[in-house]
Amino acid sequence: MIIPGQGPREATASCWSCGTMRAVHFCSSCGKVQPPVPVDYFSFFGFPRKLNLDAAALEKEFYALSRRLHPDLFAQANPEERAFSLEQSSMLNDAYRTLKDPIKRTEYLLRLEGVELEEQSKQATEKARATGELKKQVVPPDLLEEVFELNMHLEELRTQKKMGEDDPALLEEIGKAKLSLEEKYDALFSELKAEWNQWDKSVDDGTEEDRRKILGKILDVLNRRNYVRNLVRDVNEALE
Amino acid sequence: MASDYIVGIDLGTTNSLVAYMQGDSPVVIPGEDGLNLVPSVVALDENNQVIVGNAARRYLIETPERAVYSIKRLMGRGLEDIQDELKLFPFQLAEDLQPGEVLRIKIGERTYTPPEISALVLRQLKRNAERFFGAPVSQAVITVPAYFNDAQRQATKDAGRIAGLNVLRLVNEPTAASLAYGLDKNKHGIVVVYDLGGGTFDISILKLHDGIFEVIATNGDTHLGGDDIDNLLIAIALDDIRGDLGLDFRRDARNSGEAVQRVRQAVIEAKIALSSQPMAKLDVDLPGGHKYRREISLEAFEQMIQPIIDRTVGPCKQALKDAGLKPEQIDEVVLVGGSTRIPKVRRLVQDLFGRVPHTDLNPDEVVALGAAVQANILGGGSEITKEMLLLDVTPLSLGIEVAGGVTDKIILRNSTVPASATQYYTTQVDGQTNIAIHVLQGERELARDCRSLARFDLKGVPPMPAGMPRIEVKFLIDANGILRVSAREQRSGKEAEIDVQPSYGLTDEQVENMLLESFDYAEEDFRQRQVIEARREADTILTALAKGKKNPAWQELTSEERRNIDTLEKALLAVKDGDDYHAIREAIDALNQATMHLAELMMDTAVSTALKGKAMNDTDLEEGPQAGHPVAKADFE
Repeated sequence: MIIPGQGPREATASCWSCGTMRAVHFCSSCGKVQPPVPVDYFSFFGFPRKLNLDAAALEKEFYALSRRLHPDLFAQANPEERAFSLEQSSMLNDAYRTLKDPIKRTEYLLRLEGVELEEQSKQATEKARATGELKKQVVPPDLLEEVFELNMHLEELRTQKKMGEDDPALLEEIGKAKLSLEEKYDALFSELKAEWNQWDKSVDDGTEEDRRKILGKILDVLNRRNYVRNLVRDVNEALE
Repeated sequence: MASDYIVGIDLGTTNSLVAYMQGDSPVVIPGEDGLNLVPSVVALDENNQVIVGNAARRYLIETPERAVYSIKRLMGRGLEDIQDELKLFPFQLAEDLQPGEVLRIKIGERTYTPPEISALVLRQLKRNAERFFGAPVSQAVITVPAYFNDAQRQATKDAGRIAGLNVLRLVNEPTAASLAYGLDKNKHGIVVVYDLGGGTFDISILKLHDGIFEVIATNGDTHLGGDDIDNLLIAIALDDIRGDLGLDFRRDARNSGEAVQRVRQAVIEAKIALSSQPMAKLDVDLPGGHKYRREISLEAFEQMIQPIIDRTVGPCKQALKDAGLKPEQIDEVVLVGGSTRIPKVRRLVQDLFGRVPHTDLNPDEVVALGAAVQANILGGGSEITKEMLLLDVTPLSLGIEVAGGVTDKIILRNSTVPASATQYYTTQVDGQTNIAIHVLQGERELARDCRSLARFDLKGVPPMPAGMPRIEVKFLIDANGILRVSAREQRSGKEAEIDVQPSYGLTDEQVENMLLESFDYAEEDFRQRQVIEARREADTILTALAKGKKNPAWQELTSEERRNIDTLEKALLAVKDGDDYHAIREAIDALNQATMHLAELMMDTAVSTALKGKAMNDTDLEEGPQAGHPVAKADFE
């Protein structure tokens, strides 16, 4: 029913006000604010489509563009410019929100490149619970055994809770498993960053085939990471 | 009658204020009574004339069925949301109110929607500003609690429109406060604004950087404030009264209005006293000659209110968590709202954030002052505000109901606004031409636990096999935090039509009707008021002149001067009772000019007492002609 995201399209247009070919947000000739064209978030900021991103530079650019695009600056302008400013600054904010978060940024890049993420979000879980549908869950092979054991423990804990019992040994087991998962979660982020470097390099001098391969690896890391995140969440919920 | 004045308005639960930027500093515009705070109380007198503010307060006691307060609690809410409010507040709903209809409240024989009642308060503020400027005011920035949802914001905007104001921006109250706080200093760092007002609580965490005020996270409770403390104390007092005197006023707050209102007044006074004293007395004269007396110690008071003020802790912790910050990373804590005068509240804030809160701002005025700063920015800015920019967030997530009654969140809370999201929809049945969409606001997973904002019907989808149409629906939250929606079917390129039915709130048409009535009235009213004020000023100067002529100084003028004055006096007399404001105004100015020398002579000969230092609204006529234009008190409503 809902298909998220939006593919990039080429952006060229001329200024609505003076007709000259324009820069991305303002007419290079008369300086008027322009309607947004559907560029991707990287292009919106004038950044290459790379995953290592200088957070300070991004913030600086965000503030600078905010000072020129925010609707507050157009409160006395004509309705057309007000509408452009509203659209431009909403896109600026959406882009900044997406790019400043490393995971959102990575997921966004995958979607831009036409790779669909698996539905392992909390929402998907809730949705599946509510509708009784079976959720697509791919257990990463290296976690199979650990997950199997953990799920048994969690089931036991839930039963005990219902009976009003308390088993310190079981809690300790689960606590240990949780710690190990959290370590894994951090390790996966490091793994992801290594893939970022691969990707950024391939943007400069890799082949299309290289890039596809790296995207596949990134997807794999993200899926495993999401899976671990959901497990940690389940453990926390059971421990509450 | 356009004017360049843009005012900032704090439309509060208990009090409202209007402010503007005077040069480099925001100032509050006082009402006719010289007071800055206009109580958000609306009453109808025996002739059904609307009374607002301090003057309306006495109706709360004398004829409680003809007065209403704390209407902000009902803004943007439906009948089913306000059951708790109805137990604690003497709101009288219209008898013919239908479920699903916008609330209507009875005042005397009339009924008003909450936005109309708020509009009456706004109209009073507008008049105060117009009186102050001597010019019409039609543009305003109005503040709302940061945690207000879409419906509550829309209702506030409607109130502005009904009052004849073009609402340039709704600004979140704590954010407005931060603008006033960060105005004169080159502030940097992380600032927390803790805003506990009469009816609402907000917490906002901001990052201040080179004039950019970026809200990182906000949280709150739109039904938590000083009112709750009052209601608790009232309940305890009524309990006492039943025990001590055998009088039961509790069963129905609405039918024992006078007694409850007297108790309310007394507990509010006690609450205020306890901010600076260790002990306060309740001393209430009840109807039927009964008296209720009691002492409350600070200790007992603090114990009683603990559960209420503890409710602010959860939102504070959540906001910190959302901001990804620890208390020690906070550089400054700013207190806003009258309830932060309570020492116990200050201690709680200090414990929460590990630092002494900043208290040198007047917590009652700082929001209005910040609104004035924002008004100035929107008006094009001035030297002091030109580098200032506010980046605020949406307090609540926005979502869509999907299969199974689940909320699919599409814009998360604490997203900087304006913010947008695009979703694609398709049909489930062959040839389907309508798609129903339910928009929700809130954090809960299930649709029924979230706030229903609107239901949309996408109409005119071209008949195609199920799953074929691709309808792009764009949700846009504007800088006011209000949602806009547009839709387009991509395969046919056809704009799908959208019918927005706000789940709670007035339709544009309803607002338009309310607007026209009161707007015509307001414009007419302003014109008449100007004439009345000018006439009064004319009377003042004519009376003063009559006295001046008896003064020895009169003889010192040249005969030409005297003749000139006589001519101008006749000219003023001729136009004074007409309706031409400008003619009266010109005649007054001319006469004022001509009598300047006379006034000087009177000063010199010391026949008159000093003319200097006369208050603007002083209409005492014993002093002879005045050099300046005395502004007479207006007596409309």
